[in-house]
Amino acid sequence: MIKDRIIYVGAEAEIHVSTYLGMEVIKKKRRSKSYRIREIDSSLITMRTREEAKLMIEARSCGVSVPIIYDVDVVDGVITMEYIKGDRIKDILNTLDEKERRDICYRIGLSVAKLHNHDIIHGDITTSNMILSNGRIYFIDFGLGCKSSDIEIKGVDLHVLMEAFSSTHSKYPSCFNYVFEGYSKEYKDDADRINEKIEEIIRRGRYK
Amino acid sequence: MITLGIEGTAHTASVGVIEEDSGRCRVLSNIISVYRPARGSGIHPREAANHHANVITDIIIEAINKAGIKKEDVDLVAFSKGPGLGPCLRTAATAARALSLKLKKPLIGVNHCVAHLEIGRGVIPECTDPVLLYVSGANTQVIAFAEGKYRVFGETLDIGVGNCFDKFGRYLGLEFPAGPRIEELASKGERYIDLPYSVKGMDVAFSGILTSAEKHVKNGLRLEDICYSLQETVFAALTEVTERAMAHTEKHEVLLGGGVACNKRLQRMVETMAKERGASFFVPSKDLCVDNGAMIAWLGAVMYNSGIRMSIEDSTIDQRFRTDMVEVKWR
Repeated sequence: MIKDRIIYVGAEAEIHVSTYLGMEVIKKKRRSKSYRIREIDSSLITMRTREEAKLMIEARSCGVSVPIIYDVDVVDGVITMEYIKGDRIKDILNTLDEKERRDICYRIGLSVAKLHNHDIIHGDITTSNMILSNGRIYFIDFGLGCKSSDIEIKGVDLHVLMEAFSSTHSKYPSCFNYVFEGYSKEYKDDADRINEKIEEIIRRGRYK
Repeated sequence: MITLGIEGTAHTASVGVIEEDSGRCRVLSNIISVYRPARGSGIHPREAANHHANVITDIIIEAINKAGIKKEDVDLVAFSKGPGLGPCLRTAATAARALSLKLKKPLIGVNHCVAHLEIGRGVIPECTDPVLLYVSGANTQVIAFAEGKYRVFGETLDIGVGNCFDKFGRYLGLEFPAGPRIEELASKGERYIDLPYSVKGMDVAFSGILTSAEKHVKNGLRLEDICYSLQETVFAALTEVTERAMAHTEKHEVLLGGGVACNKRLQRMVETMAKERGASFFVPSKDLCVDNGAMIAWLGAVMYNSGIRMSIEDSTIDQRFRTDMVEVKWR
């Protein structure tokens, strides 16, 4: 019996390494907040846990690598999922040579387009939320995700990644262009419209 | 150094006098005069500006007298440059320019939102690097200092939380501002009625909640329960985005500001959140939470001491003066 080990505490949830049917797994547990009344607390935890699990399952079914979900407990707000062991893209991207970096970024673009083709919005696409494992790029943390066909929302989704590149990988300014190459290749509609939307979002100067 | 600050971004005309003493703020006077629209209606920008023009000389004199100084003792005149309603901003700025010329003392225009944060740092010694939850009628922002500037990490995507309360109040025929009366009704609430909860990342939205609350009124549900549910829902959302910003920026202090920050339930919720994170919670006194001249004076003093200067020609107003446009030389 291996005891749970907390590896990360966010504002909303804790990430535990645990065991499930003899496997080493990740448990994402949403925390109850005593500042809000019980009615709001339990309904938020239930809704968000269910929504996140649904998005992950759907993402997987449209060909994007995400951890396999083993169990969902909507009452306690726990998602039990595959433990992806690998490197965060954030930690390795700056260490690669330009050709490898281009390849990784291009494939990130392909995956994001696959999500957007099915109106899945990740909500927090940063290089901290992608893991390279056995040559595959896994997307994790769909906690801020939703479903939407709105190109504004798709544009914002990509803009988050653009900002992540400029803050964490600022030495390699081509990263986002490579991502967008992959995105344009895979996206079902006119990717130029999304690009225009991103330009508009930048002009509007949303503060983050 | 003694600074006189004139606030006039929206419904409030206010003049404050502060003394800066080795980096701390001592409030000598803070006179507040609020324009009150007729019951059931909102702020009319021109009428608010007329109110400000009518009271401004009186409250300048009152602030100087109450501070126990002579007008010649004023070393600096500060005013709210923005953001806010054009006619109101222009009235306050005009008064400030006239005073500066008359007293032959320097003039400085400041950002209203940043003033709400700086006053907390100025009067509360333990408050050094907070995340500010700034909640008022027009503004709802989560602000923190990062990479050399004050940045907005989260904000409302539609209306300010105070505006949500005021619109609901107007629907019920309550007096402006409606927040205090809603707080009172909410304290008698017993049952939670479902309302939409709208948080997107670190942003919030209130218009859907407002529509729903109005629908509950129309359906004849108990008003106390609706007010209770309204407060619980919007404050939970505000507390959540504040916590997200704290986690994101890795800061361990939270400060409340703005008129809605006077709400005791909101204070308790943010305090509970802070305690659970092992963070410190701060809220300035009521007269420094609402729109006031003292905070304008204090930010003016802070800016002036950091070497920032403004000529009369440059002392224009900016209705859309964004928090992250402020050049921060003092941190």
